[in-house]
Order: sequence, then C-alpha cells, then structure tokens
Amino acid sequence: MKRTPIAIVGAGVALAGLPLLGLPPFYDSLLYLMLHWIVLATSWNILSGYTGYFSFGHGAFFGAGLYTTSTLLARFDWPFLWTLPVAALVAAVLGVALGAIVFRVKGVRGELFALLTLAVTFVIGTIVGNTPLDGGQGVSLSAVPVPPIGPKASATFYLLALAAATSTLMIAWGVAASRFGAGLFAIHDDEDAAEVMGVPTYRYKLMALAISCALAGAAGGIHALFLSYVTVGEVFTIAVPLTVVLMSVLGGTRHWAGPAVGAIAITGLLYSFTAADHAIAGKAATGAILIAAILFMPDGILPRLQRVLGRRRTRLPSAAPAQPTASALPTAAEAVVAAPGDASARDRRGATVRVGAVLLQVRGLDKRFKGIHALSAVDVDVRRGEILGLLGPNGSGKSTFINVVSGHYAATAGEIRFEGRTLTGEPAHRIAAAGIARTYQIPRPFAQFSVVDNVALAAMFGGAVADPAAARREAMTWLEFTGLAGRAEARPDALNLHQRKFLELARALASRPRLVLLDEVLCGLTPSETDAAVALIRRIRDQGATIVFVEHVMRAVMALSDRIVVFDHGLLLAEGAASEVMKRPHVMTAYLGTAAVAGARP
Amino acid sequence: MSAFTLPSASLLSQSVLSGIFVGALYGLMGLGLSLNWGLLRLINLAHFAFAFLAAYLCYELASRGLDPLLALAAIVPLFFAIGAGLQGLVARFAITPFNSLLLTFGLTGIVEALIQSIWTADFRKLESSYAQQKFKVGTLFVPVPELITLVLAVAISAAVWAVLRYTDLGRALRGAAEDAPIAAAFGVNQKANALLLAGTCAALASIAGVCLALSFTLAPSQIYAWIGVVFAAVMLGGLGRALGPLVAGTLIGVSEAVTMAVTAPSWAPMVSFTLLIAVLVLRPGKSA
Repeated sequence: MKRTPIAIVGAGVALAGLPLLGLPPFYDSLLYLMLHWIVLATSWNILSGYTGYFSFGHGAFFGAGLYTTSTLLARFDWPFLWTLPVAALVAAVLGVALGAIVFRVKGVRGELFALLTLAVTFVIGTIVGNTPLDGGQGVSLSAVPVPPIGPKASATFYLLALAAATSTLMIAWGVAASRFGAGLFAIHDDEDAAEVMGVPTYRYKLMALAISCALAGAAGGIHALFLSYVTVGEVFTIAVPLTVVLMSVLGGTRHWAGPAVGAIAITGLLYSFTAADHAIAGKAATGAILIAAILFMPDGILPRLQRVLGRRRTRLPSAAPAQPTASALPTAAEAVVAAPGDASARDRRGATVRVGAVLLQVRGLDKRFKGIHALSAVDVDVRRGEILGLLGPNGSGKSTFINVVSGHYAATAGEIRFEGRTLTGEPAHRIAAAGIARTYQIPRPFAQFSVVDNVALAAMFGGAVADPAAARREAMTWLEFTGLAGRAEARPDALNLHQRKFLELARALASRPRLVLLDEVLCGLTPSETDAAVALIRRIRDQGATIVFVEHVMRAVMALSDRIVVFDHGLLLAEGAASEVMKRPHVMTAYLGTAAVAGARP
Repeated sequence: MSAFTLPSASLLSQSVLSGIFVGALYGLMGLGLSLNWGLLRLINLAHFAFAFLAAYLCYELASRGLDPLLALAAIVPLFFAIGAGLQGLVARFAITPFNSLLLTFGLTGIVEALIQSIWTADFRKLESSYAQQKFKVGTLFVPVPELITLVLAVAISAAVWAVLRYTDLGRALRGAAEDAPIAAAFGVNQKANALLLAGTCAALASIAGVCLALSFTLAPSQIYAWIGVVFAAVMLGGLGRALGPLVAGTLIGVSEAVTMAVTAPSWAPMVSFTLLIAVLVLRPGKSA
C-alpha cells in the first residue's frame, strides 16, 4: 500500500524535469491543461465520488479561487504565489458555509444536491458579475508578471499545475486509504447506516467538501494568471462541473486515480481534435465516447481494468457454511408450540444468568410522527448482562423504541441514560461511540464494501481500532464468530438472507458494544436457521454484552429472554419474566390475539 | 451596480407581461424534462439539444416558405421517434439516473456539433409572418409569437395534466414511477408506456423549440444558456407534475422581468436561483 504515495511523488518529481527538455510552449500548455483538469476532477471526486453527493457547484468554488487571485492581483498588487493559499481558503470557507446549511437538510441528496449546488454557482456568478469584483467587463491580468519558476512562463504554469496535481493526488489517495475515507465510502452506500455505525456523517461531509473546495480554489488561482483575462461567463457555468463529472465518471469515481485517468483521456482527446482543426468533430467524438463509456463501462475505466486484471488472480475459496435454503417461514403454529410456560424452552435458556445494575434507563420516552403517537411515556430499565425481549403487535412501537434509543430518530420527549450518561438528543454516531450498537430488521450492508470491510467499518468507528488494517483483522475475528469467515471477500449482494442477518450481527458486535439492540434478526429465517441464530445470540451475551431484542418468533423469545416488556399502541403494557407475563389476560388479548395474524404475514 | 429605480406603472405591467411570456416558454421547455425525470427517472439534458434542433429545423423550413406552425406537423413526429429511440437505448442498458445525465450530455455535444456543422455558430433569426405582429391592449403591447407560445404552453400543460390524472395510461405511468415492479405485477406494460412517454417528452421539446425559434435568436452555444433556469422551473414545480413547470416557470419569468425593470438585466439570474435554493433547503421533500 505504501508504494502508492512514493509512486505519486516519484512521478511528480520525474515530470518536473520535462521543461528542461525544451519542448515547444504548445506542449507545456497541453500538459498544463491536463494537470489542471486532474486537480479539478480529483478534487471534485473527494466529496462527490467518495460520498455520492454529486456536486454541480465545482465551478463556483473554482471561480471563487479564480476571482480571489485576480482581485488580489489586479486591485491589491499581491505577489501571485501569496494569493494561492488565500484563494484556497476563500473557496473552502464558501464551501463550508454552504455545506453547513445544506448538509443539515436530510432530503437534499442525489439530484437535489446536484441542482442546489448548480444554482449556487449561478447566484455567486451573478453577484461577482454585478459587483466591482468583475464589474461585468472581466478582469485583465496581462500586466501581472509571471513568477520565474520555470525557464519560460508556460513552463512556470506547467510546474505550478504539476505541484498542485501531485499534492491533490496524494490527498485523494490518503483520504481513500484512511479511516476518514472508509467513512466517506460508507456514506455513499448508506448514510443512515453509516451514522449508526459511528461515522460522524455531517462532519465528514463538511471536511470532504472543505478539502475539495480548497483544491479547486487553488487550481482557480493558478488558472486566473494562466488565462490572464477572466470573465464570469466562462467560469460560473455548467461547463466546469459537467466536465469534471464526465472525467470522473469516465475514469471511475470510487478510485482515487479514476478522475485523473478520465482527465487525461478527455483533455488529450479534445486537444488532438482542436490541434488538427476539427473542433466540431472533436465535440461530437467526445459526446460519442462519453455515450459509449456510460453504456459499456458504467463503473468507469479504472474499475473495469481492475476487474480484467483481477480475473487472473486466484479467488479466495468461498466455501460458505452449509446453508439450508430459506423456505418455510416461522408460522403461527410455532408460536403455539412454544406457548407461554413451555418448560423445555425455559430450561434451554440455562441457569447462569447474572443480572447486574441498570445499564440503560429510559424515562418518559415519547415519540410522535405528526399525528401518530408511536411511543407514549415509556419507562424501561435494561440491566447489565440481561437479554430483554421487546414484544407487541405490529405497529406497537418496538422498532420505534430501537430507532429512538440508537439515535436514528430524535425523541419528542423523555430521557435516555446509558451508564449514567444522558444520551437524549445526541446524534447516532455519538450513541454508537458510547457503546450501543444495533441491527436493522432488513439488513442494510454497505453494498460496495466486501463483507469483511463492512465489519471493519464498524470496528473502526464504533470500536477503538483506528487503523484500517487492524480493523480488518478485528473484523475477521467477528466473521469467524458468526460463521461468515468463508465469505469475507464476497459482496453483500452475494449473501443469502441468513448470512446477511449474521453480517448485521457481526457489524454490531465489531464495535464491541455494551448494549446490542436487535431488530427482528430472526424474521424470515427457517426453523433451523432460527436455532443457529438463537445459539449465536446466547453466545453474544456470554461475551459480556447486554441485549435488547425485538422479536415475533415466540419460540426464540421464550428460549432467550430473561425478561420481556410488552408494547401496545406505543404504551408499555406489561413487564416481567416471559412465562409469567404472557399468562396475563390483557397481554394475551393484545398480543397473542394479533400474533396469529402477524405470524401469517408474508 | 445600477441604482434602484422605480419604474412607471405601465412599464412595470409591460415587464410582468413579458415575464409571463418568457415564463410560459420556461414551462413548455420544462414540461417534457419534468415528465422524463419524474416518471421515467431519466434526467435528459439532451432535451435542450432536441429543442434547439427542432428550432433550427423550423428555421430551415420557414426560410423555404413554410409556415412555422405547419412545420410542427413534420417536426413533432420526428422528435417523437427520436425520444422513443433514446428511451429504448436507456432501457436496454439499464442506465441509472445519474448516468442518464452524462449520457444525454454526450448526446447534447453531438447535436450541438451537428447544428454547428450545418448552420454554423452564427446567430440565426427566424423570419415569419408572425415575427413583427403585435397588438395593443390598453397600454400593453402583446407580441403575437409570444402569445402563441403562451397559448400552446397552457393548452399542452392542461392536456398532459388531464391525461395523467384521468386516464388509465396516466394512472399506469404514475404507478410505475412509484414502484415499477409492483406496477408490472398489476399488468402495466411499462416498457411500451415508457417509449410512449419518452417520445411525447421529446415531441414536447420540439414544440418548445418551435416556440423558441418564433421569438428568440438561435446559436448552438445557446443550448446551455437555458439549462439552469429551466431546471429551476422543473424543480420548483415538482418532478413529474404537469402543471408545475408552467406555474413555476411563470413565477420565475415574472420575478426575473420585474428584477430587470427595477435593477439591471444582469441581476435577473439571482431571482430564479435564489428561489430554487430556498425551495430546496426549506422544503426538500416537496420538490421531488
């Protein structure tokens, strides 16, 4: 892995000798443009490619840097090189100010984010064009001397762009290889799940945006002097973002080097056509190549190449543990078989239960969704070392309880205390860091991560393992624990439901939580898979974790739980030992009456 | 920066009227885009290229003496076929919404190059019998080409709205947009419907293009000038909604025109995009 940064710097140093060869200025300019687009496309990718927040506002940040430099040069006579850090800073501040507002709004994702950033570009462009920054006439920098870094002015620009491109690629690689980068990729795949795993999504998006903007701003600063005459119409347009999106998608957005590959390909292509005086044909050819690339390489050139090269390597033997196919659903009949007071179920639970002090204390918890009262004044205590079952008909508030405690939803009222610390209103990633992990009823793995990387992410963010390599080793131990070690390098979509449920468990456990919230892990499993899962849950408790689980499969509830609480219409209906509570008449009418219906649903 | 000047009442009402006219064109341009995006998940940047190609075809036919409105009869079926063909390609390769944006951007480049190689990069203006016609209502001048655009925009938007709301086809399209596999399970032939809808969207683009040719000068580079403001109208109006682009387009057109009258023309983009940003940030759920 450490060969990559050495290769980047080595290439940068080697290319720095190029002006000494005395090539015509024509080549300096072509190489400058390639490097310029490498910086812009790669910087765009750090936010947009890694997190999936496709920004169409890169022109605004590039333009902010460009106009910062030109204003400082033309009006304040600053030395050119000193303007570049300021250009980067102005662009970054602008980006952070925008992100601080936009990233708070949960709905602004995907196309909406793209459009919003595009609109910001036009607004800033209008402001710049109508104020003395530009004045509608453009700014001429022809009187500004080019610093004598290279033998000629064109060589100076080439060297500046080379330095910028080398640092940008180093940063892009560094981010991708780090814990920060893993968090960004997780945001791309499933932002809510990432937050629950402990990724500080809001802060990470802001940081990625700041880095992205600063690099674009610096590139803008250099480009201002390169152009020597800047106008609003050529900067604050849709052309800049479209070009960088095009380059990045063509090269591959999930790889640090993808945008650079795309930038070289497209700049070279456009230039070869304009040089041969076929500008119109070049435009058409670029369009055709783009269409072909999207149709035949939707993931980009680089991932495609990797796949072709990867085929030669021998694959890990993917011997999955023997899986009975998920066919029969747990039916209502099973709930009757394991009816309240089933002695054998009680015995199987084992007698060595040491229940300690209160770990999680929930008081007066309220959650409202507009008119619906999902939770009303719920009081629950979870004691250290116990397995607490949450029961109740569908819509009774069990999953809402898990969602509120894990920070997925904010509570309307009430208090949640964990190990004596108040967690109410904390964002989900803080709650994860405090030692609470959860699973989703419908597994939500990060689709583009391998199984082991899915677990490693949880180890990195929820747990204390900061180093990605150590996190992968930690992840392997949890895959062995859950019997998924043979599938470590598989993609989640290659797993069956049972395996995905166990992957959810492995992810929850990898953060070494003191409290695990399980949302219907058994739902949809066959009877034998259910038995395996029950055994696993018991082993999790034996490891020292406390467990709260939502479940409809009565056989498992009776086998596992030390205590149960029953919800109905958002109210706490009953609490106590499973066999005793289920005999209470009002519980039987509220729960068992509907359980037969609930068990029969698809 | 120009000083703020309060224009006279007649100038202001003339600006509002011209805002309504240009807004109707925003709406007409946006309609096909919105339906394509909202109902087929295809973000069709080439919509603008289609409109310009239709505008140039109309210009060409008009310069040979054909009435621009009669030219529609030839242009609309042609673009219906182009749109359906594009949808066939997109469906065949299962393109994601974002890749559709890039794909159609590539297509825009090809169309732009085609226009430039046939009609050059110079500005062209359609000369027709309507071009100079205008009449006076009170103190207001009403130019005929703009009035045609307004009438077409209102009539077409209303017709599309009625089809989507009251016909089985409309219900099938809206259902498939919500959940295509479920709609298919209920017997919706989404493949055929999508071809029909995409063809219609491109046909709408060509009608907008003819209206564009009636009142604006044409140049290949102008394709990109419309993208920002029309996207704003589409988002403001709500994706896949028939009347949305017209209402939002008119709102934007009027506020732009009033801004131009009160301050300077160069401030006009500020209005539409600030509106768009406000809507996205304050009510993100409403706009998609």
